[in-house]
Amino acid sequence: MRMSSVWLKRLLHVTAVMTLLTVNTFMIARESLAAVPDEELLAPMAELKSANFSKKAQLVVDLSNIEDERVLLILKGMLGGDLYYSKQSADSFFVLSSGESGYLAQNVLTAEMLSDISKRDYKKISVNNSLRRLLRETLASLQLRSPNVETRIDAARAMMKSDDESNIKPLRQALQAEESASVKKLLAVSESMLVARYGSSHERVDAIGRLKGELYPEVRSLLAGFLIERDGAFLEADSDVRKAAAEALASIEDLVAFNKGVENVYFGISLGAVLLLAAVGLSITFGVMGVINMAHGEMIMLGAYTTFVIQQLMPNHIDYSLLVAVPAAFLVSGLVGVIIERGVIRHLYGRPLETLLATFGISLILQQAVRTIFSPLNQSVSTPSWMSGSLEINGALSLTYNRLYIIIFSLMVLFALAMLLRKTLFGLQMRAVTQNRRMASSMGIRTGWLDALTFGLGSGIAGIAGVALSQLTNVGPNLGQAYIIDSFMVVVFGGVGNLVGTFVGAMSLGIANKMMEPFAGAVLAKILVLVVIILFIQKYPRGMFALKGRAAED
Amino acid sequence: MKLGPVTQFLMNDTAGKYLLSVLLGIALVIPALNLMMPEGSALHVSTYTLTLLGKYLCYALLALAVDLIWGYCGILSLGHGAFFALGGYAMGMYLMRQIGDRGVYGHPELPDFMVFLNWEELPWYWFGFDNFFFAMIIVALVPGILAFVFGWLAFRSRVTGVYLSIITQALTYALMLAFFRNDMGFGGNNGLTDFKDLLGYNLQSDTTRAVLFVASALSLVLGYILCRYIVSSKLGRVMVSVRDAESRTRFLGYRVDKFKLFVFVVSAVLAGVAGALYVPQVGIINPGEFSPINSIEIIIWVAVGGRGTLYGAIVGAVLVNYAKTYFTAAFPELWLFFLGALFVVSTLYLPRGVVGLAEQILEKWRSRHAASLETSGQNATGQAASARDHSPPEDEKNDDAGTNRKSAVELSTN
Repeated sequence: MRMSSVWLKRLLHVTAVMTLLTVNTFMIARESLAAVPDEELLAPMAELKSANFSKKAQLVVDLSNIEDERVLLILKGMLGGDLYYSKQSADSFFVLSSGESGYLAQNVLTAEMLSDISKRDYKKISVNNSLRRLLRETLASLQLRSPNVETRIDAARAMMKSDDESNIKPLRQALQAEESASVKKLLAVSESMLVARYGSSHERVDAIGRLKGELYPEVRSLLAGFLIERDGAFLEADSDVRKAAAEALASIEDLVAFNKGVENVYFGISLGAVLLLAAVGLSITFGVMGVINMAHGEMIMLGAYTTFVIQQLMPNHIDYSLLVAVPAAFLVSGLVGVIIERGVIRHLYGRPLETLLATFGISLILQQAVRTIFSPLNQSVSTPSWMSGSLEINGALSLTYNRLYIIIFSLMVLFALAMLLRKTLFGLQMRAVTQNRRMASSMGIRTGWLDALTFGLGSGIAGIAGVALSQLTNVGPNLGQAYIIDSFMVVVFGGVGNLVGTFVGAMSLGIANKMMEPFAGAVLAKILVLVVIILFIQKYPRGMFALKGRAAED
Repeated sequence: MKLGPVTQFLMNDTAGKYLLSVLLGIALVIPALNLMMPEGSALHVSTYTLTLLGKYLCYALLALAVDLIWGYCGILSLGHGAFFALGGYAMGMYLMRQIGDRGVYGHPELPDFMVFLNWEELPWYWFGFDNFFFAMIIVALVPGILAFVFGWLAFRSRVTGVYLSIITQALTYALMLAFFRNDMGFGGNNGLTDFKDLLGYNLQSDTTRAVLFVASALSLVLGYILCRYIVSSKLGRVMVSVRDAESRTRFLGYRVDKFKLFVFVVSAVLAGVAGALYVPQVGIINPGEFSPINSIEIIIWVAVGGRGTLYGAIVGAVLVNYAKTYFTAAFPELWLFFLGALFVVSTLYLPRGVVGLAEQILEKWRSRHAASLETSGQNATGQAASARDHSPPEDEKNDDAGTNRKSAVELSTN
């Protein structure tokens, strides 16, 4: 269980950092809202109307020195040639854009929107090339100077897409002034990218060297761009640059491949976690009672539907719905399980094949019941806000939170189950019955009662698995069918009735599936896994971690 | 034990005799009523009904195959639909080749779906399927070989009981996934369809349908005779002993795995033949036939009819499928409830199926009858006893007893 605690710590860390970040941005955001009086902006803008280009350049610099959010809008509009002033009323400036029907005008001072205006009532503030360049530079440095960290990160990230030499200067200035490490890093990468394009041969090679190991897609496409060959000649004439680029690209590709591998393993582990949840109940009931529960998949489905119903009951508290759904699903599925055991399976002990058929019949009934009560269509289960999004590790690797939580959750369930089996009287009795039913019965264990509870427990865990699955796949009447065969495979592979076997089985199946997917495709990977298991069971007919001794002999 | 001629083992099989007579009867009467009676006549059997009955007969042959291994050898295969579907696909491939250039794309050689996928030529495994006899050999060979390889691996390493059931299910599941893939060259999702003719005869014509019906009925008769022959031979006795006490049979010196393998392969071939007869009658074969649920449904036919009787499987297949036809048309909502309840009820209350129930009632009636006629003779009881000979032993109890004895043996050896 050390693993789960490490993950927990990590998670706590991440959440702590995130909270800090949001608090920070709130404070800064309030600061940055401080605006100057309109007159201060209007004075230079009024001059813009009639100024010549060199005067305009001066005015742009003046404007950029005013600490006001609105300056950004003005300069951006000007850069795009979209800044107009109204011919009718003096001192009102607009950024024009084309809407669905006709033009839209936004007042730069009040942010008020006018729709369906006639362009003839407005006059454009013209710009030329040198002015555009100045504007671009000014804008970049303005954004990079923004007091808001997120704006700076966005600006720095946007910088990576720029191929404008004029950005180098503001980048360097910003780099010197920057305090936040994450922004600094982004700025440095952007700067190196621009230098790699426009520097002297020596500088370029240097800059490319600095780009080694950067996983941003922009970096990769830049480097790949240096290596494009057309009509027998390289687009990039400088052979040193090409060499450096090839080298850097190779090292990046290695890293990307590695991250891709890590991501696949992550997907594999999360699939394994789902399989673990789905199979562990099956494994227990099979181990204790020697009974294959074909309706196990439907217990999972019931759990998922319980989640759906709970969310319908508390639509305003989706964030907490899962916390309620987990115990609810456990109870619903567990109760149905106990009813099935008392009603049907009890009468079929010692006849495993008949039990298999009877439970299959029950699974059909449950499926149809859900179809009749709800609908044959999939139901939409919403994801709580804390489970959406992903944890970005680097440019090539991000881990989605829902899978992360499911991994943690399944480990917690496994841990709880291990405790139940090891530390409680119920667990002790269960293990005794698994090993030798007759002997346990002679020792005074009420096996019938234990069977019902075990079946309830197994079904309840399946219900919990349903809650987890509702966050990953569609919730419909066939949900259980999709996972039941995989769960069987886990049990058969890992060996019956022991948690370690189920854990190892689930994880190896999950990872094997996901590792094969990239080159074999999802379906073929699944087929291969099935074939491997069919072959595997020839060698180990009782699974990887089979119970040894007399108990194992049928 | 010396085996008598073919007639000998059939003479002892009272129910079988009735069954075969009925089958041969309908093989003659139904097509005659379909072809000779005028459309409006009360005795006319529509082509739809004829095809439906033909479908039931194919299912019955499939059920027979399952009963042979499950009822007599204790192998619960949840993947027999796979052999059925493979046989069906082999037939489907032949029928596909017969379409020739009459497909939508009019390609002289390639089936439509291959043209659609921009394939240049036939994949190697499609060669030879323009020949009917080659296709028929494949119908038996592919399921047989698959069953042989799979069974050889499974039985040799003594995979039994629920483990075997689960991996047979995995087998058909894997095949289903595989056949769903377009690259496999079997038509992917849509499967094989739009068949035109068989051996030059139009598949839509009433005569061809009638002939197919007769062929299905005759195959079922032959399949029944074959299975009856197997189970009443010495081999059959060993099979039953494997079912009831596998370890003991092994200790007695029988190579259990070889016996199992033999019946498994025979059963797979029968299933393949059933599939091949099924496809031209329904006009389509697609990967859905491989779905695990289909395979489990076969088991329920046998369970409802009464396992370990052979004729019970046939009765069960026809009964359940008739119910399915009725329910899915009249109350589509209720069908799965009914089927599910059928599983539960038949396992809980009808361990010997409807055939067993009928026998019980018959026996009770006979013994009462015999009691009243006690003075006049003992004929009736003698007959009842001979009927009982061929009903299955009460396997459920025997199963239990078998395990009890087995554990006793283990205790003493340990």
